Amino acid sequence: MTRITDLPDTGHVLPGNRACAGCPLGIALRRITAALDGRMVLVNPASCLTVLGGMYPISSLAIPWVNCAFPSTAATASGIAAGLRATGRADEMTVVAMAGDGGTADIGIQALSGAAERNEDFIYICYDNEAYMNTGTQRSGSTPHGARTTTTWSGKRENPKDVLAIVEAHDVGYVASASAVFPEDLHDKIVAANGRAGLRYVHMNLPCPSGWGFDPKDSVRYGRLAVDAGLVALYEVADGVFRLTGRSAALAKSGLKASVAEYMAGQSRFRGVSEETIAEVQEWVDDRWSGLVARHEAGV
Amino acid sequence: MARRKVTGMSDRLRYAEISQSRPAEGEAGRTGDWRSKRPVLEAATCSAVKQGRESCQICWVYCPDASIARGVPPVIDLEYCKGCGICAEVCPTGSIAMQPEAEHGVCELPEGAE
Amino acid sequence: MRTMTTTVMTGNEAAATAAKLARVQVVAAYPITPQSPVVETISAWVESGELPAEFVAVESEHSALSVCIGASTVGARAFTATSANGLAYMTEQVWWAAGARLPIVMCIANRAMAAPWNVLNDQQDSMSVRDAGWVQLYCRDNSEILDTTVQAFRIAEECDLPVMVCYDGFLLSHTMMPVDVPDAATVDAFLPPRPAPLQVVDPADPRNVGPVVMAAPRADADGEPHGGYFEIRADHQRALLAAAEAVERANADWAAATGRDWGGLTWDYRLDDADIVLVAAGSLATQLTVAADELRDARIAAGVLGIRCYRPFPADEIAARLAGRALAIVFDKAMSYGYEGPIAGDIKTALFGREEAPRVHGVVCGLGGRDVPVSELVDAVRRAMATPTAGAPAAPSAAIDAASTEWLGLAEKSVS
Repeated sequence: MTRITDLPDTGHVLPGNRACAGCPLGIALRRITAALDGRMVLVNPASCLTVLGGMYPISSLAIPWVNCAFPSTAATASGIAAGLRATGRADEMTVVAMAGDGGTADIGIQALSGAAERNEDFIYICYDNEAYMNTGTQRSGSTPHGARTTTTWSGKRENPKDVLAIVEAHDVGYVASASAVFPEDLHDKIVAANGRAGLRYVHMNLPCPSGWGFDPKDSVRYGRLAVDAGLVALYEVADGVFRLTGRSAALAKSGLKASVAEYMAGQSRFRGVSEETIAEVQEWVDDRWSGLVARHEAGV
Repeated sequence: MARRKVTGMSDRLRYAEISQSRPAEGEAGRTGDWRSKRPVLEAATCSAVKQGRESCQICWVYCPDASIARGVPPVIDLEYCKGCGICAEVCPTGSIAMQPEAEHGVCELPEGAE
Repeated sequence: MRTMTTTVMTGNEAAATAAKLARVQVVAAYPITPQSPVVETISAWVESGELPAEFVAVESEHSALSVCIGASTVGARAFTATSANGLAYMTEQVWWAAGARLPIVMCIANRAMAAPWNVLNDQQDSMSVRDAGWVQLYCRDNSEILDTTVQAFRIAEECDLPVMVCYDGFLLSHTMMPVDVPDAATVDAFLPPRPAPLQVVDPADPRNVGPVVMAAPRADADGEPHGGYFEIRADHQRALLAAAEAVERANADWAAATGRDWGGLTWDYRLDDADIVLVAAGSLATQLTVAADELRDARIAAGVLGIRCYRPFPADEIAARLAGRALAIVFDKAMSYGYEGPIAGDIKTALFGREEAPRVHGVVCGLGGRDVPVSELVDAVRRAMATPTAGAPAAPSAAIDAASTEWLGLAEKSVS
């Protein structure tokens, strides 16, 4: 894994942007833009990223960026990729679609599925803050069981959709699970994705201070806890070869370092969650984690 | 307004302002104003300083706001630092302290407030 | 030497042929009756290498226009086609393409909107998005479809506006007609490669294209003021109004190059001395020319005003052509439900307050592919002439009777 001191520093993300204090989207964006050295075009629907990008006529990112309609991310990216090929500019930049979990798991999944089936030539990054944070914390298909949102006042009753598995089922060449607060791991995955063609999908966990209900200083803490508890596993599947990466690879040997209860404690979205729900989520995590470890050991 | 005269296949005026931004820092203004606490780096204990080379740099990589420049020691840009406190949390040597802005005379708390 | 070949083809083939002649670079495709043969034909040409273009067979109409939006943003000449519910499904992107000022060309094989299901022709689909800020052109036959689609690219790229080329489903889309196909040199001389887009997508000059815009103007980092949403929308309106000139010039230049003049914004038939003017868009207007001949045979001074360009709406030209006439009868193949036919309503607006304005009587016909025989059109004219209140200012627009908006050929309903 690339060491922090070896990570590139390109300055494509500008300070004084509109993101909430402590939002780790900036951590991730700095890695993504630096891993690609700015030779990219970002395709982005309505989302927290739109807010970070700022309002006309000033942009907070010094990279080409095309805003698009909420359901259309993967289709607009398909069109940009096709347009760049048609005009002989495909080598000038990597097309990077980047949408939130609502824009991916819910309203954008049709276009994403179509683009994945066609194996369109772009990187799609879902930054998953586990609800519609930009519109006031409504539940999404990616909201975890037990989480309170402004449309699940007593806690969501369903488990989140496994969008990564859905995309993987389209038989694309590269999918990866990442976290905004594991920057070296994220950097390596973006570099790996950029080194191949076709549809590449990265699902990136993104703790949200306001939506999850914790102090902005704790974004990294909760992102790490999510991995230590196995709620988020860092892995990649490249040409069918599965491997856990970074911290998750270490946890596969040592066993998980945190429980679901520890992860939930301190996040106000889980305030008042029942013991029964915690146990259900723990069981769901254990099943899922053991399945991923089995895949890791089998390498497929 | 930034309406421009564009000459295409004909030379008539085209009304062609679209929303299209150019990059600049401070899009949201001086976001340092958002802070209630400011990060203060104790250089003496910073591991990069102690090792005398650009080691560690964890605060730089984890700053969501691109407000810490890598270096020995890393330099915090208080013009834009929103005061989230992540740098203080991730610093392995505990060399960054979050201090109330009031102590720096930047803002005054209303009477009776703590 | 430039050559013209006459080929018998459908309206859909004419549209596809025009896209090929225009050297489209990206085509997005999703099937819907009666448009499907347009993209099927293009697909075959791309696969055979006859058309060097990117063909993206998407999973929905929403994505079809999204692909065109993406491709057009980075400077490619983009094309798609749809009908009815497909157009409704992409409505969000119809607005996006216009507001983003992207010169996409889209053919609409006009079809009735569901529910109830019906795949046959009327013009409800495109009329329902008339407010979105596209140029809308309506064609009367297959030659006009080919010529107008080529012209549409030039209009679009001159004005930075998307253009919808509308033609009647089945009546034109699936009907074989002789079409004069110009050679590539003729089209290339008429339509140069796409000029640089307004949007800049370049790592060496990074921009954020289409970000959130405040309501009020805002200065950039250098203190230079830029428009707010309101100013940008006003520019859109100015551009769309100015597009009328581009439509006329494209038609005139095309006429000079090919000898085929489709009339620019409007066209007319036996209009000069007409007291009664029959107005419509598309193939219905062609049908009206036959009705006008019959009426003339019966010594009724009828003529036809065909609307080719519906948006921007050529209000001044229409008002000038209707001035001094006794009665204008507007035949709509669409409704603004709860009010009246969209063209009838627009023409009344165009005439408001003008001197020598005729009465305007609205007739709705042909919805869901209902046959519109010439005899019924003639009867409608005779009825309107015999009804002194038809088209009078007091005639209620929303009612269904011979004095107000008339539903042509409406069967007496038996209520069970």
